[in-house]
Formats: sequence, structure tokens, C-alpha cells
Amino acid sequence: MGKSDIKLIGSWASAFTTRVRIAFNIKNVEYEHLEEVLGKKSDLLLQSNPVHKKFPVLLHDGKPLPESLIIVQYIDEVWSSGPSILPADPLDRALERFWAAYVDEKFFPSLKLVRVTQGEQLAAAVEAVGKSFEVMDGAFHQCSKGNAFFGGERVGYLDIAFGCTLAWLRALEKIVGVKLFDEVKHPALAKWMDSFCSDPAVEGLIPETDRFIEFLKLLPGAPPRH
Amino acid sequence: MTSLVELLTYLSVSLSSLSMAELKLLGSWPSPFSYRVIWALKLKGIPYEYIEEDLSNKSPLLLQHSPVYKKIPVLLHAGKPICESMIILEYIEEFWPQIPLLPFDPFQRAIARFWVKFADDKIPAMWIVYRSSGKEQEKAMKDTVEMLRVIEEHALGSKKFFGGEEIGMVDIAFGQIAEWLGVIEEIVGVKLLEDHTFPRLHAWILNFKEVPVIRDNLPDHHEMFVFFKRRRELLLSSSQDQ
Repeated sequence: MGKSDIKLIGSWASAFTTRVRIAFNIKNVEYEHLEEVLGKKSDLLLQSNPVHKKFPVLLHDGKPLPESLIIVQYIDEVWSSGPSILPADPLDRALERFWAAYVDEKFFPSLKLVRVTQGEQLAAAVEAVGKSFEVMDGAFHQCSKGNAFFGGERVGYLDIAFGCTLAWLRALEKIVGVKLFDEVKHPALAKWMDSFCSDPAVEGLIPETDRFIEFLKLLPGAPPRH
Repeated sequence: MTSLVELLTYLSVSLSSLSMAELKLLGSWPSPFSYRVIWALKLKGIPYEYIEEDLSNKSPLLLQHSPVYKKIPVLLHAGKPICESMIILEYIEEFWPQIPLLPFDPFQRAIARFWVKFADDKIPAMWIVYRSSGKEQEKAMKDTVEMLRVIEEHALGSKKFFGGEEIGMVDIAFGQIAEWLGVIEEIVGVKLLEDHTFPRLHAWILNFKEVPVIRDNLPDHHEMFVFFKRRRELLLSSSQDQ
């Protein structure tokens, strides 16, 4: 199967796009990356995802598939001879799916709220992120079973889902000048963050913090910061 | 090759002994999310024990096994909890592959998952119609109609069900549109799913409710009306007190 059969519509700055790219790296699959321009959605994107008009969208032999975690599962199932992304046991799979949904429905939105709040609302948002990290710490101990990653010995589905939010975490800590993650309180998670970012499948894909800060400045809704 | 056969035999023996193990479902009779799991289990012919939860007085069992959201449904398989209705359904599908609810083809399976996610992302709008008023309710009504429009135009083809000729996971995910939406419409006094505006959805609802497992496993319409009407009155009066 040639590289041109597999295209990924996305953006270097998008946590959701990065999830898919990590999955392709794990499977050692080549693909063509089609970079979307901020503020101007391409015709291909609008045609490929008419329901949500969002990236990432995978085009496999021309067939479009949106939604990052659904794409990651699809990659795991299609390229089944490569290392597994989801665990084998159905209960472990259910757990990772549960926590990945928590990341997307609770953790990531609470993190993003920090960008657009100030004063008392910011303080409340920071507290909410702290609570979320406590929950994810529990999830880590539940899923990792003493290993380096949520997925065990290797980067897996939940590592990918959660790990791709790290660029936001680091950028926001610098932007608001407040610690959002307490590595003293959560040493296992802190270690996991390093392990994740330096993993061969991930290296170079998590946006560099200062570059991401410049990108975040282009997004609307943020109050003026000193 | 021999060791692979041995491994597969071992796995299938231990999985089948686990599959015979205790299966309990913590649910709540008016909840459409509860019914998603009931429908999946009954379609596959899997026996289970149903435990009715009083959501105004949550049991220690529920709080222990659903610590993050404290919500039903929870499936307990040999004591191990699985939470979130569609995650439970994926688990059931993987453990009991008979009467498959997801397509065999990976791409079609991924598309089914897309619509399951769409259902979970958009269906809350109809419940906001139910429990709000004023501008918030107006927006929720627009969002609900938009959801129905997308389903009508993009999700439902010309086949009987979302996946084809047989009922599947996407039908189950959208199931509350077939019954609970009507209850909400009656209570609030609006019509959001007009039959002539949504002919495909209208036909799907009829087909869906004719499936014996669905037909025989729906809460009593009148009891639901009474329950949800009373609850809505309490919700709206308590929000006005604030």
C-alpha cells in the first residue's frame, strides 16, 4: 500500500491530529500530511467531514474518517500486525476507553478554560484542573499496573489520548504564570510525561512550548495578560 | 503453530468460563441509557441480573463501582465494573461476539463508532429542551432539530436500520429518539420530529420499535410521561427559587 493511499488532514498545532500521527508512528505506516491553514478550512476538509467540518480526518483510499480516537482505533484494527495500541483484554479496553472519554469530556475542556479566564474564574479553572489531575493520577495507577505507561510497557491508546494535551498544559502554565500540574504531588504522572514525550513514536510531534504559545495568541477569547 | 493453537484454546476456555460468570446491570427504569444495555444483552441472548437503582438514594454498590460519575448504567461482570453505556456495549460486543452489533469491516465499524459518538455528543440537547426554559430551551430546540436533520441527511441511508438490514449499535445509540423524544415533546408541548420533515427517521422509528427485543423492552409510555412530567415540575420550580 503506497503512501498516497493514506492522507491525514490536520494541523501541527492540533492535539487531536497529533494523536493520529503517533498511532501511525507506532505502526510504522507512512502517510501524507495535509496541513490545514488556521482560519481557512480547505474544500477537502469540508467535503471530507461535512457533519463537523473539523480535523483530523483520515482519507484511506479516498474514504474519509473523522474523530481522532476513532481513527486511532481504526489504525489499530487495520494495521494489526504492528504493535497493539489498545490492550487485548476487553476489560482493560473498556477502562482505557472510559478514561480517554474523561480526558475529552472533562480534563481537556477544564484545561482549555484556563486560557480564556482571569481573576476568580481563572482561580476556579486552575482548581478544576488540579482536581482533574488527581483523577488522572488514580487512572494511571489503575491502568499502568506498575508499568511506565497507561498502556503498560508501551505507549497505548490512553497515553496517546492524554499525552497530546501536554502542549496546552506547558503553554498555559507559562501564559498565566500559575502551576497547573504539581509534580511533587503526582510523581508517577510526572515521570509518565517525560517517558511519553521522549518515546520514539512521540518524539518531535508534541509542539514546542514557545511555538505553541505564539499559536495560542492567534486564537480568540483570551483576556489580556501581562 | 502448535503453541498458538494452545494459546487460543486457553484463551477461549478462560474467556468462556468468565462469560458464564455473574453479570449484573445497575439501571434505572426511566433511563434510556439503562435500556441501551438491556437491548444489547437481550439481542445477544445473554442472561443477567437487573438491579434497579433509586437515583435519589444511590446505593453503596453504585457509588463504589461508578466513583467518577456516580451514574447508571453500570455493568458488573464477575464483580468488575464497566461504566458508560456505549463503552459497556463495546465490552459486550467484544466478549460475546454472537449476533454482532458492529460491522465486520473495520472502516464500516469506524463509521458506526462515528455515529455512536455523534449520538452521545448531540442527544443531550433534547434533555436540555426537557429541563430548561426561555432562551436556553430555544437554543436546545434548534440544536435538537439540527441533530435530527444531520441524522436524516447523513446517517440514515435507504436501508431499514443504520447499519443495514439488521439492528446494530448505532440504532441502539439513537434509540432514545424513538421513544423518549416523544415523551419530552408531549411534556414540553412542542413537535421537533415532524414526520413529513424527517421521513427516513420516521420510518426508522417504526422499524426500530417493531424489533421484538425493543418492542418488549420499553418502559410504559404513560408511566414515563407521569414520571418525567413530575420531575420537570420539580426541576423548573427549584431553578426559579434561585
